[in-house]
Amino acid sequence: MIGEATSSGGGGKDDSPAAVSGKKNKKPNYSRFTQQELPACKPILTPGWVITSFIVVGVVFIPIGLASLYASEHVVEIVERYDKDCIPPDYRNNSLHYIQTSETDKNCTMTINVPKHMKSPVFIYYELDNFYQNHRRLAHGMHKEFPFKSHLCCLWILKVEFSSVVDMIELTQFGARNLLFGKSPQKISLDKSENPEFVFIRMTTKVEKSARYVKSRSDKQLRSKASEGTTETCKPEAVTSNGQPIVPCGLVAWSLFNDTYKFSVKKEVLGVSKKNIAWKSDQEHKFGSDIYPKNFQNGSLIGGGKLNPSIPLSEQVDLIVWMRTAALPNFRKLYGKIEKDLQANTTITVTIENNYNTYSFGGKKKLVLSTTSWIGGKNSFLGRAYIAIGGLCLFLAVCFVFVYLLKPRPLGDPSYLSWNRNPSGQMN
Amino acid sequence: MTRGRIRARLRRSHLHPFSCLRPNANNEEPHPLSGPGFSRIVHCNRPDRHLKKPLKYCSNYISTTKYNIATFLPKALYEQFYRVANFYFLVAAGLSLTAVAPFSPLSMIAPLAFVVGISMLKEALEDWRRFAQDMKVNSRKASVHKGDGVFGYKPWQKIQVGDVVKVEKDQFFPADLLLLSASYDDGVSYVETMNLDGETNLKVKRSLEVTLPLEDDEAFKNFTGTIKCEDPNPSLYTFIGNFEYEQQVYPLDPSQILLRDSKLRNTAYVYGVVIFTGFDSKVMQNSTKSPSKRSKIEKKMDKIIYILLSLLLLISSISSIGFAVKIKLQMPDWWYMQPLNPDSLYDPDQPSKSGLAHLVTALILYGYLIPISLYVSIEIVKVFQARFINQDIQMYDEESGNTAQARTSNLNEELGQVDTILSDKTGTLTCNQMDFLKCSIAGTAYGIRSSEVEVAAEKQMAMDLEEQDTQITNGSRCRKSAHNSWEDSRGGPEIELESVITSKCENDQKPAIKGFSFEDNKLMDGNWLKEPNTEVILLFFRILAICQTAVPELNEETGMFTYEAESPDEAAFLVAAREFGFEFCKRTQSSVFIREKYTHPGQLIEREFKILNLLEFTSKRKRMSVIVQDEDGQILLLCKGADSIIFDRLSKNGRVYETTTAKHLNDYGEVGLRTLALAYKKLDESEYSAWNDEFVKAKTSISADREAMLELVADMMEKDLILIGATAVEDKLQKGVPQCIDKLAQAGLKIWVLTGDKMETAINIGFSCSLLRQGMKQICITVMNSDAVAQESKQAVKENISMQITNASQMVKLEKDPHAAFALIIDGKTLSYALEDDMKHQFLALAVVCASVICCRVSPKQKALVTRLVKEGTGKTTLAIGDGANDVGMIQEADIGVGISGVEGMQAVMASDFSISQFRFLERLLVVHGHWCYKRIAQMICYFFYKNIAFGLTLFYFEAFTAFSGQSVYNDWYMLLFNVILTSLPVISLGVFEQDVSSEVCLQFPALYQQGPKNLFFDWYRILGWMGNGLYTSLVIFILNIMIFYNQAFRAEGQTADMAAMGATMFSCIITAVNCQIALTMSHFTWIQHLFVWGSVTTWYLFLLLFGMLPPYYSEDAHKILVEALGPAPIYWCTILLVTVACNLPYLAHISFQRCFNPMDHHIIQEIKYYKKDVEDQHMWRRERSKARQETKIGFTARVDAKIRQLKGKLQRRSSTLILPNCMPSPCQ
Repeated sequence: MIGEATSSGGGGKDDSPAAVSGKKNKKPNYSRFTQQELPACKPILTPGWVITSFIVVGVVFIPIGLASLYASEHVVEIVERYDKDCIPPDYRNNSLHYIQTSETDKNCTMTINVPKHMKSPVFIYYELDNFYQNHRRLAHGMHKEFPFKSHLCCLWILKVEFSSVVDMIELTQFGARNLLFGKSPQKISLDKSENPEFVFIRMTTKVEKSARYVKSRSDKQLRSKASEGTTETCKPEAVTSNGQPIVPCGLVAWSLFNDTYKFSVKKEVLGVSKKNIAWKSDQEHKFGSDIYPKNFQNGSLIGGGKLNPSIPLSEQVDLIVWMRTAALPNFRKLYGKIEKDLQANTTITVTIENNYNTYSFGGKKKLVLSTTSWIGGKNSFLGRAYIAIGGLCLFLAVCFVFVYLLKPRPLGDPSYLSWNRNPSGQMN
Repeated sequence: MTRGRIRARLRRSHLHPFSCLRPNANNEEPHPLSGPGFSRIVHCNRPDRHLKKPLKYCSNYISTTKYNIATFLPKALYEQFYRVANFYFLVAAGLSLTAVAPFSPLSMIAPLAFVVGISMLKEALEDWRRFAQDMKVNSRKASVHKGDGVFGYKPWQKIQVGDVVKVEKDQFFPADLLLLSASYDDGVSYVETMNLDGETNLKVKRSLEVTLPLEDDEAFKNFTGTIKCEDPNPSLYTFIGNFEYEQQVYPLDPSQILLRDSKLRNTAYVYGVVIFTGFDSKVMQNSTKSPSKRSKIEKKMDKIIYILLSLLLLISSISSIGFAVKIKLQMPDWWYMQPLNPDSLYDPDQPSKSGLAHLVTALILYGYLIPISLYVSIEIVKVFQARFINQDIQMYDEESGNTAQARTSNLNEELGQVDTILSDKTGTLTCNQMDFLKCSIAGTAYGIRSSEVEVAAEKQMAMDLEEQDTQITNGSRCRKSAHNSWEDSRGGPEIELESVITSKCENDQKPAIKGFSFEDNKLMDGNWLKEPNTEVILLFFRILAICQTAVPELNEETGMFTYEAESPDEAAFLVAAREFGFEFCKRTQSSVFIREKYTHPGQLIEREFKILNLLEFTSKRKRMSVIVQDEDGQILLLCKGADSIIFDRLSKNGRVYETTTAKHLNDYGEVGLRTLALAYKKLDESEYSAWNDEFVKAKTSISADREAMLELVADMMEKDLILIGATAVEDKLQKGVPQCIDKLAQAGLKIWVLTGDKMETAINIGFSCSLLRQGMKQICITVMNSDAVAQESKQAVKENISMQITNASQMVKLEKDPHAAFALIIDGKTLSYALEDDMKHQFLALAVVCASVICCRVSPKQKALVTRLVKEGTGKTTLAIGDGANDVGMIQEADIGVGISGVEGMQAVMASDFSISQFRFLERLLVVHGHWCYKRIAQMICYFFYKNIAFGLTLFYFEAFTAFSGQSVYNDWYMLLFNVILTSLPVISLGVFEQDVSSEVCLQFPALYQQGPKNLFFDWYRILGWMGNGLYTSLVIFILNIMIFYNQAFRAEGQTADMAAMGATMFSCIITAVNCQIALTMSHFTWIQHLFVWGSVTTWYLFLLLFGMLPPYYSEDAHKILVEALGPAPIYWCTILLVTVACNLPYLAHISFQRCFNPMDHHIIQEIKYYKKDVEDQHMWRRERSKARQETKIGFTARVDAKIRQLKGKLQRRSSTLILPNCMPSPCQ
């Protein structure tokens, strides 16, 4: 087109030579691609194929299903819920207080009966329920002044300190008595004139970056000491009040699970191995061996467990396991393993240090002991699903055969063509 | 109405060479020009005066582009974001910059920019092409007066109002010009207005007498003048203005105006002064912006997108309500999220506010329901499809060197859904070339060559015979007898096949002479002298040579004469006469000179015939006569006309050959030839002069009814004629037209012909392309008495027409015979009433029950109106095809416009969506490409929605498990890749390469085409089915994964699945399942499909592997996930297998059951092909091919069927008396 336009500058007369020269070029070249004649296989679904494939699926699936069911059946799993039982009867009505105060003794003892022989290794899990580790929480990036509202539900001492997060706090008087308890949120935007005993706290804060619970962490920081200060994504648990970075920062680490279990059989302590409970790649690549916990749980609010500051992050297996966020609000995480066979009918005594607060949101806590097989833990669903699908396929195959026998259609029978089926569509 | 009047005037000017009817121009008064609308002033030869306002008019530069550099960006962006889906993504991308977005801004903006960028690039390219075309026109050179009598070339765009332009033969006029003088002394010039109105005959333009002396370049040295005229307007046939020259004022009328884009013919040069330039010119004023068309599928797709948007809104509101509830009731308890530190988005005190903010987040998060890459994928696919259309070697025309062109690619799939074709006649169905084929002289038929209709009919018969043979081999004596007697009768007189056999070699020897395909040694080379009625034959040839109004033109190279005639028929007659030895060589004002070759053997004699009177042809008179005096002084009236008219005017002794001629005429008509009867009458001197006095009296009368009087007088003369014979001219159809129409009819398409031609011509063409046939009931709707129209009130006329339509509908309704076919023929004047609002639906209702519809004498506007009526009245897809500028309206109005390229005039092609160089390529364009494109696009869109629903909903389900917090289970990278790479290439390969059946089969089984117009592949049932399938898939994927990876260990090493593992597994399941799904929907696998489908699955695992290799800084939670966590876990692979099978099982079961027990036509044909049954059982294959057609009442097949039925009817009657009755009726049905 463009070529022609330039060549036909001479006026209307010379259109024809341009057309002539265009003629030769215009003829499309033959190629199987442009003529849409590429060799192709054109599989068609013949009844034979259909029946065969249904049967094949059935025949393959049912054994797989049986095998995984079998494997699942051989997994021995013990699940013990302890959150209720580990509350001393005195505190049953005030479990929150029990777990929040540091004055109570958190230890509790349970006995577990091993129903079947458990081959080593026996994996120990803690299971949390109604815990949204997968929650995405945003802190809104804005610069605004807002009264500090508190809906405290936990027994952490509110220490108001000047920090870089909080640019300014107006603090007139402090009277903390009524502040700290109660399940429902309380507003304490109180006026001095109303009650001079109370404090009017006004915080002006700059919260810059969005953070999610899931993402309230800094993978970069976890990896090496060099990027210790990389805490932007960790808000609101990023730095201490005097601007020191928290290691490991973020809400995820901050809420580290901190119940502990000790096992013994007839007074004899069963060793809990923490070896290989974390992914190797996590230990090698995601958690640095030169970075140590720092300023952790030293802040105004104390979350979950504490970490030993003398062990590098790459060795903090419980943290590493915890930091792998669970997909569902009901999850298990590996606590350790007992590298010893447990005989049937053995009674195991478990000493639980019940530290972790799930009482405020009514989450259950469970201790799980389980062996594994090639499909992992006890999971009969996979096997059942396989058997169901395989069975369905066989059923479909049978149906197909029956219907086909009742109403056979020779393949390529022209009498099924629409113009033969519907005689009005043709002329003679 | 205006148009008719103007035409009459034009026609009169045709008679200019004979001077007898030339109106006396000198009496005319200048037009009283005043008031608004007549403000234009042109200073001739003083273009410098037009440089400043108010006389500065627009330049001659034209532009048909949609954009220019400045407007491109805003306009094109507007067009892009006018699409609802794109707008949604724009808003989403905008919001992604804020904190509420669940994804990073880049992952939202990049795909959008990509998609919009590609679409805009396409727009820009298309506009660039238009620009190049404009530049080509704008830079054409024209010879312009530069002052001092010197002319020089200037590009068109530089021409200004007031310029004097010299245009030479066969050049286009660069602007609207006032004709000043021409190479002919009398200022006459011939103009072809093909580009304006599609008429190929030449129009005569005549300059004012005062400007005649301006006949050479020098004369313009001091020429000045002023034109005052109307303002620019689109009316092609009117012009009002005055020309002030040398202190005199002369009125101007349309016959002095040369319009831009028409062409000077037959005249060496003309001088003209530019009146209207560029956009002011009439042709540009007439051009309408081509509407952007969208296919039905695309419109429906918009609806689906709306459905998905509402679904999106629904689940987003569910999600945000859920979020608000959770925040209100539970969030305060979740100490691990530090609810102490709340903000407006997570504020338990303001759950509604947080919920609203979350709504935005959710709307973005679930954006995966709406396939962002859908538009761009469709555009890519359509570009490929268009390339395939352009590259199709079987739509390449060797003669013109043109390929088919998909000029806009967004209507490809619409080609597969066409229901009605509205076709122009001249230049589309016919080549507008008449071939003298046969004649009947003195009751003897001459001419052995058969018409195209005969040839094609013979082929069809041969095929049917073969089939009959097949049936014989199958047995049944009864059938055999039936066949035998049918065969017997085949040789009989009922079917015109006697000459068919001789035509076998027709294709080899193309007619060497344009317009002459006659072949019969009895008349050629002077052999007619040996025939019995030599005298009559001589007279016959003389009538051919003399009774005409053409101008001879000597071709200096060949020494032969060519003829510029008003109608191509006339040219064909003159060529025939020349070939028979009566060469028309010269015309003067009063005489015609004929060179006769054989009348005196060995001598070439030039005879002069004095033309005494010429009684011109009008469509009402349907005849023309000349009164001539030969060299012996004998006065003859020579007359040619429509047979019915002539037969009525024969004298008693002139009817010698009437019966035989009538039979021949009938035969000719049946094979689609245009016939005219020839007659003559000898006149006495006294008889003539008496009549001539009357005639002159009538002619010079100045009363209003002059024309009526003239007609009456002419009528007195044209009676008591002596019939001598008839001619049969073939209106040369374009190659393959009848076959193509036949095939299209078999594919169930309705074909309407809309032509500017007169009714007889249109009917003849109807016959020759088998739209009409003998035995079809023709319903002619006309205004009864065209004279009376003026007198009668409009209301009465309308009632009359309404009555005709009602009667006809009644007749059609009462018809019992299922094979009866009706043809509706309507002329333009009647149509103008029938198209009025109160009557058009009645008219349409009648038209759709008729097998063929022919509208004649329709104006371009009416063509468009009819098209709109069909389009809107029936709601079906229409396709308009035409070649001339007069078809532009229709082409733009129809759902699909097809232009015929190759002949001159590019207007139709420029306005069209597809251009082909021959009508016959329409078959392949529709039946092959249309069918494929329709199915491809339909399947592709369905699949697109399926996969996005399947994917998008899993996000929603998962979100419910994260307390509606907007967390996605997948890594951002997975999601980005999902639409862009992992699932787009397979679906593009489906859209580009899928073929349900091969192109041969498409052509062999035209009935398959009906799957498109019936919309079997994109109806709501199917769309909802696919959406349901998507829903099912999403549920299966999510539930199975959740159940399998619930909370227990997923590996023997005891680890439990975290979100990354679960996300990767779910995503693997999705990728495998949707790709297996597309493999199931495909029926045609070339290596490309294999590569893309299986390649996509492989790419995913490769990606996961390689991405996992990257340092955790980049790969985040996907680090080593395949190698370390998932790969070694058997449960991962088990899950993928299980989910993939479970997802595809219902679809597989559905299609297998459908296919086995309720197969569609293409399934069976695929099976036949697969088992090579077509090779093994060729009879069956052929039989099915001949049956695979829609019930049609037009085309050869119908014609042959009708014939066979007729014969069978006879046979049945005959045999029922002879053969056992129980044997008879069934087998032949």
